[in-house]
Amino acid sequence: MTVAVARHRRGLWGVANPATIVACVGVSLLLLVAILADWIAPYDPLASNVRIALQPPGAQHWMGTDQLGRDMLSRLIVATRLDLSIAVSAVALSFAFGAVIGGTSGYLGGAADRWIGRTVDVMMAFPLFVLAMALVAALGNSVANVIYATAIINLPFYIRFARAEVNMRRHFGWVEAARASGNSHARVVLFFLLPNVLPGMAVQISLNLGWAILNAAGLSFIGLGARPPTPEWGIMVAEAARFIATGKWWLIVFPGLMLTLSVLCFNLLGDAARDALDPRRRR
Amino acid sequence: MTDPLLSVNGLRVSFATPDGPFEALRGVDLAIAPGEVMGVVGESGSGKSVTALAAMGLLDRKGRIVGGEIRFRGADITRASRRRLRPMRGSAFSMIFQNPRSALNPVRRIGQQIGDALRAHLGLSRAQATAQATELLRTVQFRDPEQRMHSYPHELSGGMCQRVMIAMAIACQPQLLLADEPTTGLDVTTQKHVMDLLVGLARERGMAMVLITHDLGLATHYCQRIAVMEQGRVVEENAATALFAQPRHPYTRRLVLASPTRESTIESLAGGDADLPPRLPPARHVGQGPLLDVRGLVKRFANGTIGVDGVSFTIAAGGSLGLVGESGSGKSTIARMASRLLDQTAGEIIFDGQDIGAVRERDFHRTRWRRDIQIVFQDALESLNPRFTAFDSIADPLRRLVGLRTKASLAAEVEAAARRVGLPIDLLDRLPHQLSGGQRARVGIARAIAVRPRLLVLDEPTAALDVSVQAVVLQLLERLRRESGMAYLFISHDLGVVRMLCEQVIVLRAGRIVEAGVTADIFENSQAAYTRELLAAIPYFVPGSPTSVTPPNVTGVPA
Repeated sequence: MTVAVARHRRGLWGVANPATIVACVGVSLLLLVAILADWIAPYDPLASNVRIALQPPGAQHWMGTDQLGRDMLSRLIVATRLDLSIAVSAVALSFAFGAVIGGTSGYLGGAADRWIGRTVDVMMAFPLFVLAMALVAALGNSVANVIYATAIINLPFYIRFARAEVNMRRHFGWVEAARASGNSHARVVLFFLLPNVLPGMAVQISLNLGWAILNAAGLSFIGLGARPPTPEWGIMVAEAARFIATGKWWLIVFPGLMLTLSVLCFNLLGDAARDALDPRRRR
Repeated sequence: MTDPLLSVNGLRVSFATPDGPFEALRGVDLAIAPGEVMGVVGESGSGKSVTALAAMGLLDRKGRIVGGEIRFRGADITRASRRRLRPMRGSAFSMIFQNPRSALNPVRRIGQQIGDALRAHLGLSRAQATAQATELLRTVQFRDPEQRMHSYPHELSGGMCQRVMIAMAIACQPQLLLADEPTTGLDVTTQKHVMDLLVGLARERGMAMVLITHDLGLATHYCQRIAVMEQGRVVEENAATALFAQPRHPYTRRLVLASPTRESTIESLAGGDADLPPRLPPARHVGQGPLLDVRGLVKRFANGTIGVDGVSFTIAAGGSLGLVGESGSGKSTIARMASRLLDQTAGEIIFDGQDIGAVRERDFHRTRWRRDIQIVFQDALESLNPRFTAFDSIADPLRRLVGLRTKASLAAEVEAAARRVGLPIDLLDRLPHQLSGGQRARVGIARAIAVRPRLLVLDEPTAALDVSVQAVVLQLLERLRRESGMAYLFISHDLGVVRMLCEQVIVLRAGRIVEAGVTADIFENSQAAYTRELLAAIPYFVPGSPTSVTPPNVTGVPA
């Protein structure tokens, strides 16, 4: 794995392919926009002004204004923060719990492993978006619950991955050596096995962030999670849907583009990470 | 010499690596006469396998022949196309590999696989191929070839898989057989069986054979001529007897010294370095009885198989006991139960008068005995956490078991352990893959002795090492024992190594003790037939003796 990590670095910064550079720049920009949202947004994203409603993109408002006269660019910038925080928190949660549950399951084997495995199978048999809808509906309509729901539907992938990787390594000599060195089973999983599985999980995390953004936007599109007037990409797309027929294209194109580009960037980053970590895919 | 069958002249092969081209062969010259059995001996990285692959035209895409030539019956095949080589493989020359199980297709019956080879090369019909495949299985001494035709590889033992590979290799009557470590990973008795069969078949059919091996003993037993390779060159080549009676090249001399013979002792291995300290009285031992007393140990696995079936033994403080047996004898299972990494099904384990067998393995790390019983594992690379530097690996037990927390105290202890095993201090910040095999073995030993245990369990600590490194590690282990008064429980399939290192020995078979006693007695005058069989199968390296090819018994040995 360490070899892989060393290669990873060389792969990313040495002779990176163009898609990797695009992904890195794109993701860095997204993060920067999310962090600096309040400072770089030119207008107050919530300030409505009916006199300038539905203006097309121009010198004053680069991406135009919406039906209440709010600046589209400012709303998109501030929405980046919300969407990214939902995605990042959800993925962080599913990663943390998935790695520990999957790692333990793979390390213990036996009955515990079979039970966890079957539970994961059942979860994956549901249409995941419908499961997320049901969870938010049941837990209550709030941003926090969108995060939990997104985390739960992503959990099975992390459990499976961590389980397989740990299971493969649990009979290695260094695992037994760690036991002989006085480490408990729990310590062996947390401090020996999981760090070795981490590079592979980094790929999963990066790919998952894209899905999580789509999922969050999808939930708010159908009215779950964040609520108007909060700036959020899914809500913006939902509100713009009414105006498609009247030719107010900027209302739907820009939020849609933001969604597409951010998901694309995270996916490309995931692909790049996978290629860099898998020596067989490197030339 | 008659016209050579295969001649390799000044062969140079280079591999493309991320760090630039690496020259694996730097001008190799070899010639094999028809019907000759030739050995190519060398340690890992010497280029012996690459030579064989290049000769067969089987180098992978990263390897390139950059110079020299390969001639088969006088015809230059150095850069022969795939199309030209394909009919030659199998009928002119063929190859058998190490690890036969991975070379067989797991989802096809062995009869079909042999048949495939026959039909591809000889254009036989299905029925003819089946008949001939059955005949081949009989030739490689399967007792019931008709039934075995329908077996899948996983239903066969390692030795049987290798015999299937041999059957496939000789199916088209090749003139030359390249055998690349054909018996590595097989038990000694199986190794003897497979090698006798191979050499017998070569004799019988007038087939030339190249035996590629790291084992000098094996090569001197079975080959007429031996070439010694080091770092991509043939450094010496001679008749087997002459080569090792009067080794001319310094590398050959080193190899000969490091190879265990029937008489060698720890002191005599690797020549000069014999200044072992005198034996110390055992340290920190208070009780009267033995240090470790194992009574009626039984292990039944979850699937119902019995791995260990009522084994009892004792080790005195400062003593050394060897557990010897072939794969499946339960020796590693006993080692893991004694070092409390595995719970026993029944039986007692008394350490220094205390019943440690009553402590479950999952709680054992909290007891004071965890520090007293340490273990050194077989494969040094696999037993080191790939994300830990050598320092971290050695420091981990010191943190957990001695409670050292400060950087200075840890560094002092880690460096002391490194010095005791002869590991240069400046290698401590390296990761396992940046260390050589011998250095990794030292890290593994340093980790185990850092906490100053009273009992060291050694699970085949030298099995994955080259002979010259093995000699050094064995001397190190002997020195450590004399300096510290540790007791050793030494697990090995290699009787030769056990003979040098252990005072007592137990021979195991299928989880039971076949014979136990003082090492010298067992080796000189063993009572059990199985022990004698094991002893006879060791291909001891006998310097200067005439090559003693055991007359092959092609029909009599059962499968």
